[in-house]
Amino acid sequence: MRDKRMTARDVVAELADGMTIGIGGWGSRRKPMALVEAILRSPLRDLTVVSYGGPDLGMLCAAGKVRKAVYGFVSLDTIPYDPWFQQVRQRGGLEVSEVDEGMLQTGLRAAGHRLPFLPIRAGLASDVLRVNPELRLVACPYTGEELVAMPALPLDVALVHLNLADPHGNARYLGPDPYFDDLFCLAAARRYVSCERVVDTADLVAAGPPQGLLLNRMMVDGVVEAPGGAGFTSCVPDYDRDENRQRAYANAAREQSWESFVDSYLRED
Amino acid sequence: MTATRAEVCVAACADLFGNDGEILASPMGLIPTLGARLARLTTAPDLLLSDGEATLLAGTPALGESAPAEGWLPYRQVFDVVAHGRRHVIMGANQIDRHGNQNISCIGPHEQPVRQLLGVRGAPGNTVNHRTSYWVPRHSKRVFVPAVDLVSGVGTDRDPGRFHDLHRVVTNLAVLDLTGPDGTLRLRSVHPGVTVEEVLAQTGFPLHTNGHTETRQPGERELALIRQLDPQARRDREVP
Repeated sequence: MRDKRMTARDVVAELADGMTIGIGGWGSRRKPMALVEAILRSPLRDLTVVSYGGPDLGMLCAAGKVRKAVYGFVSLDTIPYDPWFQQVRQRGGLEVSEVDEGMLQTGLRAAGHRLPFLPIRAGLASDVLRVNPELRLVACPYTGEELVAMPALPLDVALVHLNLADPHGNARYLGPDPYFDDLFCLAAARRYVSCERVVDTADLVAAGPPQGLLLNRMMVDGVVEAPGGAGFTSCVPDYDRDENRQRAYANAAREQSWESFVDSYLRED
Repeated sequence: MTATRAEVCVAACADLFGNDGEILASPMGLIPTLGARLARLTTAPDLLLSDGEATLLAGTPALGESAPAEGWLPYRQVFDVVAHGRRHVIMGANQIDRHGNQNISCIGPHEQPVRQLLGVRGAPGNTVNHRTSYWVPRHSKRVFVPAVDLVSGVGTDRDPGRFHDLHRVVTNLAVLDLTGPDGTLRLRSVHPGVTVEEVLAQTGFPLHTNGHTETRQPGERELALIRQLDPQARRDREVP
């Protein structure tokens, strides 16, 4: 079986300007921040980012990497709003597709199933339709009921962070929630998982129940060992959110420019 | 014992779940969380409660405490519950209009907001799928506006479909529902010590006032439970 181990820098070398990138995790929980930080160090630009948004989206937007953001919310959980994302939105010019968070899941499912759309009730009668004029309704052929035709959200790349992986791309979460990391991988052409520890397959399987094996080899192209790779977001049971570092990130939005914050924040590669 | 305003609000939130039976209660915010837990300890023992992450709780813990689990509910399955409809959410609201349209997305134009807020989050899906209530800790004209800047939660005037069920709005001053003319907000009760004039003065549109009462005081047992659920009185910081 192929050995898919690589570095975060190798991952970014496979990305290109203008790509659509899906980022796993949720809010400020188990975000692939080591991979996000590698993008921050790179010259990549004009990205479309699809995310249950947290500091991943906040940082990439603040760094000017994002042309378009697709999200249901952007939050740091214990801090309700990401102030960097706020700044970028309030300056104007960021293209956004803001949808109900269930619609985001439905769009990823449609892409993973190679369907052009899936019907969903969420979004009907709300301003989600007004601010996303490309969205269309579809009438049920049996009852005539109208539903939102959520278009597939196909991704060029998925970036996710899990607790454990083997060198071939089998991977497991150890915390209580898988979030949507499998759906991001199924929706993407190229799939990269960073993890706290790379272990051999037998140890991976022995580390928990079979239901926790979220990703299999078909769903992964690259494996990055990145201890602490969720940054200050939570990655239980390996670590909780680092609230002090998160607060420093949020406070810096009031006190510092993004450039000076990045200089002090980003670890040496 | 005399109930504080915060305790009146907790009991009013608990009353929202009165007839809900065996469904998922999803309270957002401190007072609604206390309300849902109080309901489960009193009138609505069959409610399902989560820990706010992925675990369904068999016990009813105090704020910040843990409790034994009874099940698993990761986010992906919350969306399944939303679509299935067996859920009653109490959401916050940055803005609400007289038809119960709610905004948590942004203030100002969406293409360049004056203030970026959370985003629509699950509000569109919640409001067209299952019973929805709102909690407003500071009842004011900033929140109760003639027209919201972006409809995140769907109101009664927007063809919201067969599962739409806007139940109540609880604030620090009053309890409202949507039984006014054409599905508009109606004053249901004012909290003890609050006048109707005060509520009207803090509401940015005409509020239907016909047959309102005074919000009930929680009883002795309820007060004891509220104080057990929130021993540090964090509720008083949300509603002084």
